[in-house]
Amino acid sequence: MQQFWSVPRITRRAWKVWHRNLVVFFRTWKVNFFPPLIEAFLYLFAIGLGIGSYVKEISGIPYVNFIAPAILAISVMNSAFFECTYGSYVRMYYQKSFDAMIATPLSIEDVIAGELLWGATRSMLYVIIMLPVLGVFGVISLPLSLLAIPLAFLGGLMFAGIAMCFTAITPSIDTLNYPSFLLITPMALFSGTFFPITLMPILFQYIALALLPLTHLVAIMRMLTLPALSGILVLHLIWILIVTAIFCIISINLMRRRLII
Amino acid sequence: MDEHRTSGPGGDAIPDIIEATALKKTFGNVTAVSGISFAVKKGEVFGFLGPNGAGKTSTMKIIACVSPRTSGSLRVFGLDPDISPAEIKQRLGVVPQETNLDPDFTCYGNLFTYSRYFDMPPDVAHKKAEELLKFVQLEEKRDVTVEKLSGGMKRRLILARALVNNPDLLILDEPTIGLDPQARHLIWERLKLLQAQGNTIVLTTHYLDEAARLCDRLVIMDNGIILVEGSPAELVKEYVGTEIVEVNKSEEVLTCLQRENIPFEIIGDTIQVATESSREVARILFDNCTPHNVMTRPATLEDVFLKLAGRKLRE
Repeated sequence: MQQFWSVPRITRRAWKVWHRNLVVFFRTWKVNFFPPLIEAFLYLFAIGLGIGSYVKEISGIPYVNFIAPAILAISVMNSAFFECTYGSYVRMYYQKSFDAMIATPLSIEDVIAGELLWGATRSMLYVIIMLPVLGVFGVISLPLSLLAIPLAFLGGLMFAGIAMCFTAITPSIDTLNYPSFLLITPMALFSGTFFPITLMPILFQYIALALLPLTHLVAIMRMLTLPALSGILVLHLIWILIVTAIFCIISINLMRRRLII
Repeated sequence: MDEHRTSGPGGDAIPDIIEATALKKTFGNVTAVSGISFAVKKGEVFGFLGPNGAGKTSTMKIIACVSPRTSGSLRVFGLDPDISPAEIKQRLGVVPQETNLDPDFTCYGNLFTYSRYFDMPPDVAHKKAEELLKFVQLEEKRDVTVEKLSGGMKRRLILARALVNNPDLLILDEPTIGLDPQARHLIWERLKLLQAQGNTIVLTTHYLDEAARLCDRLVIMDNGIILVEGSPAELVKEYVGTEIVEVNKSEEVLTCLQRENIPFEIIGDTIQVATESSREVARILFDNCTPHNVMTRPATLEDVFLKLAGRKLRE
């Protein structure tokens, strides 16, 4: 049990792995830059303007403004989660990239830390791409919403850590579908994204607050973009920091157990 | 300079590059390496031979600091892999058995990216990548993604990749597995060149001609232990003799050899006689035994190998 909780020794070399992924990302930038751009438009039109024309507003906030931070938060979740599940699994299992890397001065801890940092960076890049779209539509407040960029990195790191735990224990790439459908999809719907969690039965509200990481990310994101800052932001932030630390540490130790035999 | 790489002024012996004592590796209750001891000297090509499952790859992984040993002592460059893996790996070049080139990059990109893992400055990495592409004759494939390379080209690129950091020790796990003769010869030639430049090389193989050709010294492993150690020529001489006479199996020849008190071995429908003088044995056969299809050939490492490891198929 203790092996899962020991703090891994990570060196600066982790950034080499991060850099490798960054280079590949920018080399294929055309395929990588479009999804967040399109995603922003799709959500804005389908839900913001489509459903929004019936809903009009939620507690005095225009519906499209209400969901704008959710679009960002869901994108943060998806990009880091899918990068560190399917992306990392392909690099680990099919491409054997991790094996090649640990034959160099890089340790497995460095490699996984680099992957997590990259997952977080990808979330941040997606938010950077989406922010101008939302800005042009005038559904987010500027400049406060620019804080969504560092927040995206932190939120991305959290989902990267969670994702990497699944990658470390999944028997095959197919079984990664379970967390995607049983965790990510429900979270995208029930975390105060498209309707406030207060509309749910009280038990579900507690569950969402206690267990769904996206709830806290959406909450902070919304405080920044509306803007509607309040002291509760600190509590959400502390929740995210603790969960991020726990999952990142466990994921590295699980990966070590899987790969170093 | 590190002290273990230079000989002292009094002509002290150069410490060994690898020193393993009672090295052991177990996976659950399966023992892969069962307490082996060996030493690899600076500048030599040292081979590990053995059938599948003998423990060769496990041993390579332990030396390469990617798999921790279960027990025993190990020093690589005088350092302990459990304590200083990064320092050791900084000076290692590894050719793994499995091709694990990075499919997201070109040939050049693979070498350049890999150099960066060794903290090489970009300009040095660039120069080295170009130089190594030439060394393994892949200049024309410089900008081709690795997925488009043939098997032989991939192995050559992996060899180049193992050399980006000018390693003091090169570890090759089945370097020519699955290659055609041309590609194997090119790799051998390059390894010879590296050896001539004073590189220390450790390799595993089950191609015995490869081992005989390349290795200064080798060990034959089976079931996790070292059966014998020596130079290829010494081993052949000690365990088989210099020559082999082969003759078709027949009752006549069998009884004849027994009568003449000549030791032999039956392999399928062939009788093999290992000897110092094939001429003598052949003469006896022709004079007394009416043999069919007598053939004489020099004894090889393969004969040693089969004698020691047996002829049973391995999974």
